[in-house]
Amino acid sequence: MATSSERSPPPFPDSEDQDVLDPEDVGGRDSDEEDGEDLFLSPSDPPLADLDTPLPPANQPIEVLMTPPSDIMSDLLIEPISCQAEIQSASQVVTEPSDDFVDLTNNLTEEAADNVAAAAQDTAIISLDEPSDDFVDLLGSETEALQEEAVVVVDVPADTATDKSEGMGSDTDPPGEGKEEVEKVEEVEEASTAAVFDLIGDSGGESDSNTQQSPGIDTFVDPLVDLLSDTPPAAEAQKPSMATIDLFNEDEGSDLFSDPLLTMSARQPQKSLFGETDEDLFGEPLGATSKKTINKEQKDKTVTIKAAAVGGGINITGPLQEINPAEAGDLFTEEAVATAPSVSSTSTVNSKTNGVHSEEETDIFAEATVELSLDSPRSERKKEVMAKPSAPAPSLSATASLAKPQSAALEEMDEEEEEEQEDQFEIFVSVKDPEKIGDGMTAYMAYKLSTQTTLPMFRTKTFTVRRRFSDFLGLYEKLSEKHGPNGYIVPPPPEKSILGMTKMKVGKDDSSSADFVERRRGALERYVQRVVNHPSLLQDPDVREFLEREELPRAVSTQALSGAGFLKMINKATDAVSKMTIKMNESDVWFEDKLQEVESADQQFRKLHALVESLVVHRKELSLNTASFAKSAAMLGSAEDNTALSRALSQLAEVEDKMEQLHQDQASNDTFSFAELIADFIRLLGAVRGSFDHRIKAWQRWQDGQAMLQKKRETEAKLLWANKPDKLQLAKEEIAEWEAKVTQYEREFDRVSATVRKEVIRFEKEKAKNFKRQIIKYLESLLQSQQQLIKYWDAFLPEAKAIA
Amino acid sequence: MTSSLDENSKEKMRSVSVDLNNDASLLIDIPDALCERDKVKFTVHTKTTLSAFQKPEFSVPRQHEDFIWLHDTLVETEDYAGLIIPPAPPKPDFESPREKMHKLGEGEATMTKEEYAKMKQELEAEYLAVFKKTVQVHEIFLQRVSSHPILNKDRNFQIFLEYDQDLTVRRKNAKEMFGGFFKNMVKSADEVLISGVKEVDDFFEQEKTFLLDYYSKIKDSTAKAEKMTRAHKNIADDYIHISATLNSLSADDSTANKKHLEKLSDLFEKLRKVEGRVASDQELKLTELLRYYMRDIQAAKDLLYRRARALADYENSNKALDKARLKSKDIPQAEEHQQQCLQKFDKLSNSGKKELTGFKGRRVVAFRKNLIEMAELEIKHAKNNATLLQGCIELLKSN
Repeated sequence: MATSSERSPPPFPDSEDQDVLDPEDVGGRDSDEEDGEDLFLSPSDPPLADLDTPLPPANQPIEVLMTPPSDIMSDLLIEPISCQAEIQSASQVVTEPSDDFVDLTNNLTEEAADNVAAAAQDTAIISLDEPSDDFVDLLGSETEALQEEAVVVVDVPADTATDKSEGMGSDTDPPGEGKEEVEKVEEVEEASTAAVFDLIGDSGGESDSNTQQSPGIDTFVDPLVDLLSDTPPAAEAQKPSMATIDLFNEDEGSDLFSDPLLTMSARQPQKSLFGETDEDLFGEPLGATSKKTINKEQKDKTVTIKAAAVGGGINITGPLQEINPAEAGDLFTEEAVATAPSVSSTSTVNSKTNGVHSEEETDIFAEATVELSLDSPRSERKKEVMAKPSAPAPSLSATASLAKPQSAALEEMDEEEEEEQEDQFEIFVSVKDPEKIGDGMTAYMAYKLSTQTTLPMFRTKTFTVRRRFSDFLGLYEKLSEKHGPNGYIVPPPPEKSILGMTKMKVGKDDSSSADFVERRRGALERYVQRVVNHPSLLQDPDVREFLEREELPRAVSTQALSGAGFLKMINKATDAVSKMTIKMNESDVWFEDKLQEVESADQQFRKLHALVESLVVHRKELSLNTASFAKSAAMLGSAEDNTALSRALSQLAEVEDKMEQLHQDQASNDTFSFAELIADFIRLLGAVRGSFDHRIKAWQRWQDGQAMLQKKRETEAKLLWANKPDKLQLAKEEIAEWEAKVTQYEREFDRVSATVRKEVIRFEKEKAKNFKRQIIKYLESLLQSQQQLIKYWDAFLPEAKAIA
Repeated sequence: MTSSLDENSKEKMRSVSVDLNNDASLLIDIPDALCERDKVKFTVHTKTTLSAFQKPEFSVPRQHEDFIWLHDTLVETEDYAGLIIPPAPPKPDFESPREKMHKLGEGEATMTKEEYAKMKQELEAEYLAVFKKTVQVHEIFLQRVSSHPILNKDRNFQIFLEYDQDLTVRRKNAKEMFGGFFKNMVKSADEVLISGVKEVDDFFEQEKTFLLDYYSKIKDSTAKAEKMTRAHKNIADDYIHISATLNSLSADDSTANKKHLEKLSDLFEKLRKVEGRVASDQELKLTELLRYYMRDIQAAKDLLYRRARALADYENSNKALDKARLKSKDIPQAEEHQQQCLQKFDKLSNSGKKELTGFKGRRVVAFRKNLIEMAELEIKHAKNNATLLQGCIELLKSN
């Protein structure tokens, strides 16, 4: 169900809702789309491109739409099918209404009109003559038609898309193409187009007959005419249609549809009307398979609406949208279901389209999270429409709004489930049984590292190895060396602790030493789990070796006082210096913001960590004080000469004794569940900053390369001036070489940037999830101790009451 | 005798809680107090049906020193030697909140605005609590005096209540302070000296060992309980900082974590309120109780000392009489003195016995009440905490 509703694109364009939806949608996309998935699916992602284009139109309607097409198109090239289906339908729709209205107004773009007008008129007549019966037939065959449509569409898309990108500027080619296509499609799928047209014809016909009577229809028609006729003849007519094509491309991207539509409608309410009817019409036939009633319903509606609109012309937007999107939404979902299988089933479809389709699918899935809540109400609404065919629009919206939160919640749950499924990593690593090996200064702690996995890359499902602390550090060294420069956030291990180490070596078996070991064990476990949870790092042979191999070569470079350690210190120092000297004029706002965010988060987390540590200290103090009070109360009880009071006091002492244990446990909970969590975050934030640094380094390299290239060019110019051909050749070679280097550096920088971005987003997601999980655990421990407390005092109360 | 017994039982009832006074004939309370720098001015309000007072209702301004003066005069009055004189209220101590406020001002730079505001608020609350407590202990002192069948007829007490001008008791000068200190020294030395005197009454012997033992224990408990409540308070304060930091963290966060942080910050804010209440209730119900009875036991011990002193005097007078008889010189004088001492000692023993028995009952009842209340409050707060935590966990989980 989720998948189908994902496909249902249109937003709920109620005039009031628009405002609400728009920002939400844009915002949602901003975060989820642009920052997130897009980057990762980088090459082929349409929404990114789409996002760029649809937004501007809000301000500059036509020009902007005009300018970006080449971009859009080139981007869309990758998913021609989606575009195509859309383009086709879009052009259909666009032209169709225009035809109808053109008919009325006699003001049409010729190519556009010709093909479809006839059909539209035909169907209009047909539908007018025999309204509902025909539908059944036509719609019965519709799925097939759709299939074929898809096939046909597949053949042309690339061409048309490219054509469009080329020809968009001035000529009418693309739509022509589209229309040709439409023609082709029409042949095959008369049924469905007929249905489409039928509806169009319907409304067209109705408007035909109604124009004179209702101003509402005037408004309905006018904008379209405006749109199509206002703009200079052919070339200009393209623009709006492009716009709509654009719209419809996005439409395929399911959520995208909403945006442009909204922007469009924001710009020009009538246009949105236009868009909606289109969509409606487009959707209608597809989804109509079983929804004859809806069609009728809709007609009824439109009629009534129109009638109502006589009263207030503007009114029309409200109710129309009310119904149309509802159905359309649903219809789209059905369409999705219908087309997807058809593509895969027809052998004529070439592989390219297949790929495209699947991509589109994933795309949709990616967007689903944002879209779900928007879509669901619509399907709900549709049901409402079906249930109450004659219900007035307001009640519809009311029920819809009721249904909305509910369904939204439902969807959210779905979403969560999905997420959780994703979460189920197939690998779990536990670090257990810390054991001291050796004596004196050569002693060290060894941990048992058990892995449980279903991943095929491992030979067995469970395996256990022994690792010492420095092995963990060694793994980190290797990983950060390999992956750090590429912008990966390599999870950092817990720091070395000379104090803890020494204590352990000296063999002090006090509580602080046990505490230290336990802390470290937990930190190591989380560290390894983080590493294996990272999809890229898991693939690293070193990780695998670390998990699997019985004997690991000793990691020497991790020793604090070794030569390697000294070198590392020097490296770190130089790094710090270069960090200070490199002044990067950040071009990417995202990175700038993130870096700032990370830095302030780092600072705050440090503060929080200190606070939680002090909480732990105070809690321990409380525990101690409670213990001493308990003892003292017991003494007081023994001194008391009133028997009952004496007993109560010793009971109190007992309660306080238990309380002491409670506080003690809570203190360790504070430490392990809360303080350690924060410590982890601090470490991770450091790693994030490290990845930012690596990006800056890559940038620096690129800049240096550019500077070098510039220098070489200057030398070349000088040589040219000095007329030294022999050296000139050398200089040219050098330039070529540096040019290649610069491009390579630039590419590297871009790649690192992309990786960092991806990694940061991944990190944030992980962080939120982790935080939530740990915090719940922590709060549960708090809750438990409070419940325990209640129990203790409850037991004490009768004792106190028994004092006579 | 019957009336005094009656009074005794009444007193017992009154002492169900140290701050209750059921005697309608003399009702005293401190409805208002003003804090001027170091001085606290209490408004002592009295409502009475006793003919000893000129008016049925009146209010007078009094300072802490006036209370001390009243206490000291009561202690010094020879006639009351056989009574447990209600312990004087401790000196108002606003130093610690003031000091904290000062520290807070210094640390302002390291805190966020919100955090600072919360801390300040917390300190103000603490200050207010100290203030209220101060008023309460002064009130209790007066009520204890007023509910005592003998002490409430004291002339000085009546003056204290009635005289509508400032009493302007002369504050003790350095010499007197030293004198007081010296007196204490002498007293302690004397206590050691007279401890050699053989006790004639088993009751007092027992009472003495009990009180001495109990005093040291309760003193220890009081100190420990104080520490414990202070530690609790620290935890509540930590929660403030944690909440504030979480809040500023959430303000900077733009990811999904934001909501979690917000909720957590909210939770800690609520938790610290409850935790603060736990700490202050423990302070009020447990520490305050212990502290008060520590002072009360001191007063009882003083009574025992006075009686022991009287006993020693009597023994000495016996010896003196023997000597006089031997020397057959000043026999009547010595006889008279011996009789006086015996009388005094008997009187002290009688009233002391009564007082100590009363004290025992009072103590048990007060402990009972306070312990029950504390247990109930602890349960209430823990339940509150549990609900808060539960709510937050559910919120987080449903998210």
